[in-house]
Amino acid sequence: MLDDFFMRAMLAGLGIAAVAGPLGSFVVWRRMAYFGDATAHAAMLGVAVSLAFQISIYAGTTLVAAAMAVTISGLVTRGQSMDTMLGVLSHSALAIGLVAISFVPQARSDLSAYLFGDILAVGRGDLALIWAGAAGVLALLAWRWQRLLTASLNEELAMAAGIDPRVERLVLSIALAVVVALSIRVVGSLLISAMLIVPAAAARGLSRSPERMVGNAVLIAALAVMGGLTASLYLDTPAGPSIITAAAAFFAFSQVFRRA
Amino acid sequence: MTALIQASGLTILRPGGSETVLQGVDFQIRPGEIVTVVGPNGSGKSSLVRALLGHMPLAAGHVERKSGLRIGYVPQRVQVDTTIPMTVRRFLSLPLRVSDGDAARALARTGVEGLEARQLTQLSGGQFQRVLLARALLHDPQLLVLDEPTQGLDQPGIVAFYKLIEEVRRQTGAAVLMVSHDLLVVMRASDRVICLNGHVCCEGTPQHVSSAPEYRALFGAEAEGTLALYRHHHDHDHDHHHHAGAH
Repeated sequence: MLDDFFMRAMLAGLGIAAVAGPLGSFVVWRRMAYFGDATAHAAMLGVAVSLAFQISIYAGTTLVAAAMAVTISGLVTRGQSMDTMLGVLSHSALAIGLVAISFVPQARSDLSAYLFGDILAVGRGDLALIWAGAAGVLALLAWRWQRLLTASLNEELAMAAGIDPRVERLVLSIALAVVVALSIRVVGSLLISAMLIVPAAAARGLSRSPERMVGNAVLIAALAVMGGLTASLYLDTPAGPSIITAAAAFFAFSQVFRRA
Repeated sequence: MTALIQASGLTILRPGGSETVLQGVDFQIRPGEIVTVVGPNGSGKSSLVRALLGHMPLAAGHVERKSGLRIGYVPQRVQVDTTIPMTVRRFLSLPLRVSDGDAARALARTGVEGLEARQLTQLSGGQFQRVLLARALLHDPQLLVLDEPTQGLDQPGIVAFYKLIEEVRRQTGAAVLMVSHDLLVVMRASDRVICLNGHVCCEGTPQHVSSAPEYRALFGAEAEGTLALYRHHHDHDHDHHHHAGAH
């Protein structure tokens, strides 16, 4: 079964969907969309670093994305004007990453694979890493679920209950960095935050509790992966963008059937 | 009786600055007591509360909370983002899960029974404050801390809310620390009032505070109203064990 590139692509996409549902919900709840963008764009710089130092793409992107996420998280705590700051960091990271990659000769030709993903080229090793990483992030989120949820709802209420919101923010930053690294082969740097936000945003209108929203977001992300990949096979469209297009269609659909 | 919270010489600086928000404030609250902190905007009321809860770094002084003190807290201006779908029932189980029975009893106690399935964002201002109070009551608190709990309520709503607070105190014996700007109503509901303006201006029974010149200087015409109230309705001392005036 794993010999088939299409089946491997499908399984990789579903692994990302499983973790994008809960993490994407936090991104929506905490209004971290731009934060997600900046972290995902930093992954391009991570790719350049990985190629230059000849380390694993996953390790390099995780490190650089984590550095970016923790930096932004620190700025949030110090109450800087975030909108402009995130815009600056996000696009600078992308631009610097693209410039840096141009110095690595063998990478210039695969630029679009990193920008938009190359899910059909996912190998067994990638697949194992994606599922192991996704399982790790899911376990982390499950372990701290009540604390993360309370801190996302209201930081004062969280502090009164002995929860340190900075710790929970750090947990989400690390989880985000790992998911960004896992997703770079699947949807690419430019569309990772879409993979997080669009299914969760679609699930918001259909859900009355945080847990339902997470469940619906996973379901929608999984259907988007299956629909998008299948469409890309028959219509010969790029896989990553097709998945996001399918997710966007679910979002449009969900707006018509909003419940809460 | 030992104090639930005892603080002395609290000095707090504005974040990132050297300007003081509070200077040399002493404070204590004993079991079963209703203490209200009043003061103009920017007088450091919320900072005092947050320092007492240990949420704020102190430049000087220290806070001692009775060991194992259970606090039910209603922060100022809780805003629930519409991006989070959250029923009242689910909210009551954050961060500690509670049984359906406990949740229903807490809601009934604050007069919002049967709202479990309602989304937080669909509650009226008064209902939301009562749900917050119900949540604060869940784990049998010895002290309720309420920071401006009546913001956004209309006058009858404010009066009803303070009645509820007194009732909760009577039923549970919990002490209550409130920050408020509803001078008239709060004066009637409190055992002790602390008038704050960067430091403690005056402190004591509502009757004492309402006639203190420092209080009247701070609140002007509104203070005249509370003084009149005490001349007419409260010219007896009904609370013997509370000392009047630390001034």
